[in-house]
Amino acid sequence: MSADIDAGGVPELQESDVVKIPRGVRLREDKARGGWVLLAPERVFQLDPIAQQVLMRVDGERDIAAIVDDLAQAFAAPRDRILADVRAMLADLITKNVLEVT
Amino acid sequence: MNTPSEARQSPSMQPPPIGMLAELTHRCPLQCPYCSNPVELTRKREELDTQAWQRVFAEAAELGVLQVHLSGGEPALRQDLEALVASCAEHGLYSNLITAGVNIGRARLEALADAGLDHVQLSVQGATAEVNDHIANLPGAFDKKLAFAAEVTDVGLPLTLNTVIHRANLHQIPDLVELALELGARRLEIAHAQYYGWALQNRGALMPPREQVMEAIDLVEAARERLKGKLVIDAVVPDYYARLPKPCMNGWGRQSLNVTPAGKVLPCHAAETIPGLEFWNVGEHALGDIWQHSPAFNAYRGTDWMPDACQSCDRREIDWGGCRCQALMLTGDATQMDPVCELSPYHDEIQTLAIVDSHKDDEFTYRRFSRQPA
Repeated sequence: MSADIDAGGVPELQESDVVKIPRGVRLREDKARGGWVLLAPERVFQLDPIAQQVLMRVDGERDIAAIVDDLAQAFAAPRDRILADVRAMLADLITKNVLEVT
Repeated sequence: MNTPSEARQSPSMQPPPIGMLAELTHRCPLQCPYCSNPVELTRKREELDTQAWQRVFAEAAELGVLQVHLSGGEPALRQDLEALVASCAEHGLYSNLITAGVNIGRARLEALADAGLDHVQLSVQGATAEVNDHIANLPGAFDKKLAFAAEVTDVGLPLTLNTVIHRANLHQIPDLVELALELGARRLEIAHAQYYGWALQNRGALMPPREQVMEAIDLVEAARERLKGKLVIDAVVPDYYARLPKPCMNGWGRQSLNVTPAGKVLPCHAAETIPGLEFWNVGEHALGDIWQHSPAFNAYRGTDWMPDACQSCDRREIDWGGCRCQALMLTGDATQMDPVCELSPYHDEIQTLAIVDSHKDDEFTYRRFSRQPA
């Protein structure tokens, strides 16, 4: 139902979409526990190494296609697989209000 | 090699805390009858000074704290709030300002944003001026809050709206959701009153009837589902009517600590109600030492302190035994299982108590400083 999607819902991300980390959400290293975290109001997301690699490339300028290209090259992995993973991960974080489509 | 990160892995060391509640002051223009501050409030002359707080933030970051909640009382009554926010930013701490929003003008808000403030959590006591101002006991508060919320989003800071729910505003939950959307909040906290300190004194005026609580839970769930991706709704459940205890603070001394205006470090804001606990002060100990070694933090850490029924329960590391302060208040013994748990011998008693209180017609006892001793 389009009304539901207008009010929220899980976004269908296109490769040409650009996502950004909004103000009030911060990506940083967590030296005390190891790894990286995404800090949001009253919430801390502990990131696995893959999520960290994706989010480090989310700069509010590069589109999803460019991020996926970069990851495919950096990790010598199949692009289709990476695209599916990245889409699912970003959509999940958008639903949780810690990422935005610009 | 004995690096600090390796040292933290040894069994005697506690994993570091994630969050710190910094109660900068107990002074507040509002007088909400469910205030989480202790009934004996700390006065201005006893408050930590700017440098002491800055040292606490530095030590917190070093210890592994990621988020600092600047709270009170009303934190904006501290003239040095900008400097304290800047100190958090300097140490990489995520700063969350928890405010009543009645005394921060545009210029000050911009100064706080420039100092590196990450997020604003604004309390509203109700969804209309009439309800809000009655609960806060401050005429005109609601209009000031609305104006402040507009300034927050205009400055570009993310906004959370927080409302403590009880009998006098439970009927306004749908209006609060609408208000959060109208004000451009990205997050709404619907937190049922927890009955400690002031709220405990006011239980007969605050406790909602059971059926209305259940209805409210359904309303919140439906709104959360409907607004996914648009508004995050977090709910704190009213535990007197629950079957299972809340995992209070996600476990005693496990993830967070609370520093009082005078520098005492507590595992939770109500911990001082438990007699016999020894709390350490940031004036005498480093924060890391307090976290690791202070008797109060170690009193109910982990599962060893639990009664047998809790130790053998599958949920011992989910509920963490529930709430120690509540166990004390309702059973007289802080080591008892939380009486909210349906396995507690006191469970029926507190359900009855809630139902009885929900039918009372008490007036609010407003939160305020007691008269100065002569």
